[in-house]
Amino acid sequence: VSEPRKVLLDARRLLCPMPVIRVQNAVAELRPGDRLEAMCSDPGVLHDIPAWCRINGHKVLESRRDGADYILLVEVGDQ
Amino acid sequence: MTQQRKALALISGGLDSLLAARVMQEQGIHVEGVNFFTGFCVEGHTHAIRQKDRHRPKRNNALWVAEQLGIKLHIIDIVEEYKDIVLNPKHGYGANLNPCLDCKIFMVHKALEWILAHGFDFIITGEVVGQRPMSQRKDTMPVVARESEAHDRLVRPLCGRNLPPTLPEREGWIKREGLYDFSGRSRKPQMALAAKFGLQDYAQPSGGCCFLTDEQYSHKLADLWQARGERRYEMDDIMLLKVGRHLRPRPHFKLIIAREEGEGNFLQGYRKGYGSLTPISHPGPLTLIDGTPDESEIELAARIVARYSQGRSAERVELEYQDGEGNSRRLSVAPIPPHEIPQEWHL
Repeated sequence: VSEPRKVLLDARRLLCPMPVIRVQNAVAELRPGDRLEAMCSDPGVLHDIPAWCRINGHKVLESRRDGADYILLVEVGDQ
Repeated sequence: MTQQRKALALISGGLDSLLAARVMQEQGIHVEGVNFFTGFCVEGHTHAIRQKDRHRPKRNNALWVAEQLGIKLHIIDIVEEYKDIVLNPKHGYGANLNPCLDCKIFMVHKALEWILAHGFDFIITGEVVGQRPMSQRKDTMPVVARESEAHDRLVRPLCGRNLPPTLPEREGWIKREGLYDFSGRSRKPQMALAAKFGLQDYAQPSGGCCFLTDEQYSHKLADLWQARGERRYEMDDIMLLKVGRHLRPRPHFKLIIAREEGEGNFLQGYRKGYGSLTPISHPGPLTLIDGTPDESEIELAARIVARYSQGRSAERVELEYQDGEGNSRRLSVAPIPPHEIPQEWHL
């Protein structure tokens, strides 16, 4: 069994729902337990990405602000 | 054991698609949702751009609906493919540049491709006979089913009893008596059904989330095509049409003037590639120049921008002009008097 991966996604300068779509498409390439760190600039992601994760069975482990950016760490659930 | 039947619901984020999916869940169908992003579904964008809206609670209504229903939602980017629908609608436009019938056919067809690829059985929409003047009429709803190629795999639970039986009804996957017979523009039956399901706080009915139904937006898009001499657009174009005050002083250039700080911040991201003007001597709006003004026209543009700055009553206003490659210089101009800005410059 391989180690969980951590993947970075740059979704800055995109407005919702594009960051959600990028997260969705990136998560589709990952396995349960893998992590995705999304860097975003639209504050709407603080609402939309957790909502998308809740309905699709993934978990937001961390959500923080870094200067003008919003960083969300997502753990992939069963797909 | 009976096979679990699966349906894909087109989820716009409005009440009708929410109810349609819920009605199918009541019949034991496994429902998942799909939401198509065309680039014109822009309410969220406006919230993100404008400072004054930032304090408002913001949510993506399609995600909210999916969460209420407890279903998965697949959001699909169709921006590129959708251009052909906007530019060449076989069935024409509605009151503005809204190609509603072609749009619905396209989205149902995309949903059909999805269900075939994912082993789902049929498609659900929240359409209601007679509700919309173009895509939801008794004579156009069969057109959607036929031209999308979904045919009788397309179920409209809110008005299904007004329509011929579909495949899921004939096969016994769903019961016709569990469908509804809504028709017309009244929203009361939907609101009553929402109350029956205990649904509250749903998005209020409106002309949909599509900016193409907006008269002013359509006017700006038509102006863009006319100025370019061809009907085409990129994502940046349709984003910029949502932002700022648009003035076209000459056929070959227009100004996009930020109306507040949030829009100014947004327009900053476009300074590479567009000319821009920024008042220096007085607080004032960042302005993009879309087009190719000559030297005297850059001065005209600067005088207009000065008019929208806090130096509008000053004798002179200093501005920085930057071309699309980042070369900048200073200008000093007299603000243009309001009566020298004809109404027809405003888009």
